Amino acid sequence: MSAVTVAGTQRATRNPLPLLVIWLVLLTAPYWLPLIGGYTALGTRVLVLGLAAMSLNFLLGFTGVLSFGHAAYFGLGAYGTGLALKFLTTSTPLALILGMLLGGIAGAILGALIVRRRGVYFAMVTIAFGQVFYYIAFRWNTLTGGDDGLRGFARQPLHLGALTIDIAGDQVAFYYFVLLCFALAAGAMGFLLRSPFGRTLLAIRENERRARFLGIPVEFHIWAAFTLSCFFIGLAGGLDALLNNFANPRELHYSQSGDLVIMAVMGGMRTFWGPLLGGAVFVVLQDYVSSQTENWMSFVGLLFVVVVLFFPRGLLGFLQRRGEA
Amino acid sequence: MTQLLLFNITNGLIIGAFYVLMALGLSLILNLSNVINFAHGGFLAIGGYIAYTLSPYLGFWGALIVSPFLTALLGLFIERVLIRRLYGRDPLYSLLLTFGLAFIFQDMTRYIWGAQGLPVSIPSFMGQPLSLDFFFITGYRLFMVGVVAAAVALLFVLLRYTRVGIRIRAGTLDLDTVAALGVNVRALRTLNFGAGIFLAGLSGVLAGGQLGLDPTMGDGLLMPSFIAIIVGGVGSLTGTLIGGLLIGVASGVTAVFFPSASEAVIYVMMAAVLLVRPRGLFGEEGMMT
Repeated sequence: MSAVTVAGTQRATRNPLPLLVIWLVLLTAPYWLPLIGGYTALGTRVLVLGLAAMSLNFLLGFTGVLSFGHAAYFGLGAYGTGLALKFLTTSTPLALILGMLLGGIAGAILGALIVRRRGVYFAMVTIAFGQVFYYIAFRWNTLTGGDDGLRGFARQPLHLGALTIDIAGDQVAFYYFVLLCFALAAGAMGFLLRSPFGRTLLAIRENERRARFLGIPVEFHIWAAFTLSCFFIGLAGGLDALLNNFANPRELHYSQSGDLVIMAVMGGMRTFWGPLLGGAVFVVLQDYVSSQTENWMSFVGLLFVVVVLFFPRGLLGFLQRRGEA
Repeated sequence: MTQLLLFNITNGLIIGAFYVLMALGLSLILNLSNVINFAHGGFLAIGGYIAYTLSPYLGFWGALIVSPFLTALLGLFIERVLIRRLYGRDPLYSLLLTFGLAFIFQDMTRYIWGAQGLPVSIPSFMGQPLSLDFFFITGYRLFMVGVVAAAVALLFVLLRYTRVGIRIRAGTLDLDTVAALGVNVRALRTLNFGAGIFLAGLSGVLAGGQLGLDPTMGDGLLMPSFIAIIVGGVGSLTGTLIGGLLIGVASGVTAVFFPSASEAVIYVMMAAVLLVRPRGLFGEEGMMT
C-alpha cells in the first residue's frame, strides 16, 4: 500500500499534464467562475482554505501525525495580520509576513511541548493547546475585540515602485495576489516534500521505529514539520483576514480545526493537491447549503460520517485507485 | 475573603466533579478502544434533555435513574452501527466520525428541544442553602457531589472486583492478549463504551439541574475533561479522577484573584505537566505512545 502511494505522488510530479490543468483552472478562475454562478471572492476563499488544508496535510498526510488544533495557527495568522495593519504598518505584504511569523513562532514553541506524543494523544494535546489561543482571542477584548472579532483594518493597495495595484478595491486583482501567495507556498511545500527532508518525513510516516533505528532524529523532524506547517497555515490565515477585512475568534475554535482536517481527508490526504480539492468542495457546499437550510451543522456532520465510512482515501485517492485498477 | 475563597473552592470542586464524571467516561473509552469521543458532550446534553422530557412523568428521581440508561442505549447503538467499523483503522477516522456526530447531536438537540435554554426542575427542598454563612452550599450541590462520589466509587469497585471490570483493565494494558485468552473483545468494547456514555448521561442530568439545559452545554465541559485526562495521565483512571478535581479547584481559586484567567489556568497547568512530567501525574511510562 505504501509503495503504491509513494509511487503515486512521484508519478503526479513527473507527469506535467495534471499540474498544467490545475494551474490553468486556477489562473482563469475569475473569468469562468461568474459563468457558472460563482463569484470571485468565493474563488479566493477556496484558495485560502485550500492552502490551509494543504498546510495541515503537510503534517497529517506526509508526516503522519494528527494535529487537530491547526485552526489556532490559522487564526493567529489572521489576527497577526489584522493587528499589524491596524497598528503597525500600511504595507499589506509586511502585515502578511508578520501574521505568518506569529502563527509559525507559536507553532514552534508549542510544537516542542507536543512532539513526543503520538496518535490520539498528539491530537488531544494539539486540540487543547489550540483552545488557549481561542480563549485569548475571545477574552482579550481591548486588543482583539473579543466575541465581535477584530475590525478596523483593511487591506491596502500594493505599491511596486511606480506601479500601484489596487488589491483593496478590485476583487480580481486581490484574487491574483492570493494566487501568487498560494503558488509560492505550494511551491515551497512541494520543494520541501521532494527534498531529502521531505523523504525523511515520509519514512517517519511509514515506519517510525525503523526510521529511528536508521538514526533519524524523529522528534526533531516532527517538530520541524509541525513548525513549517504552522508557518504555511499562518499565511493562509493572514490571507483570510485580508479577504474579509475581519478576523473572527471562531476561526481559532477546534471545530474549525475539524473542518480543515475533513477538507484534507475528503480531498485525499495522501495526495499533494487533494486538500485543495477538498477545500473547494467544502467551501462551495458551505456557500450553497447554508443558503438553503439552517441545519448546516447536521449536513457537515453527515459529511464527516460519509467521508469516514465510504471515502477514507478521499476524492483524489479514490480516482487514483480507479485509474490504477 | 475567606468566605469568597471557600465559595470559589466549593464551586471549583463541584465543577471538578462534573469534569471527573465526564472525563472518566472519555477515559474508559479512550483506554480500551483508542477512540477520542468528541460526541461525549453531545451525549451529555441528550442525557439532560431526556431527563427534562421524562421528569413530568417519572419525577426528578425517576428521570435521574432512567435517563442515563437511555443515553447509554443510544451509545450502544452508535457504537455497534458506526464506531465498531473503525477500530482497526487509523485513529484519525474515529476522531473525525465522533466529531461529525457531535455536530449532528447538537443540531438534532436544537431541532427537537429548541435553541432556548430549558430548566430541569429539582425537588424544592434541595434548592435551599443549608446555612446562612455558607449560602453557596445548597442541598442540591451536596447531593450532586454525593451522586458523583457514589458513581465513581461504584465504577472503581466494579473495575476492581468484577470479572468484566478486570477484563476491561487488562484490555487497557494489552487487548491482544485478552482476546487470545478467549474473551469476546467486541462485546467488551461495546459494554465499555456504553458505561462511558452512561456516565455522560448522568452528568447531563446533574448539570441540567444546576445550570439548566442548552444544546451546547457539553462543549464547555469537553476541553477541561481532555485536560483532566492529560494532567492525570493517560491510561490511569485514578489520574483522571485527581486531574479533574485538581483543575476544577485550580480554576475556582484563580477566579478569586484573576477572573479572566480562570479558563486559561487549566491550560497552563497542562503545559506545566507536559513539560515536567510528560506522561501525566499518574501515567505509566509507555502509555503515551
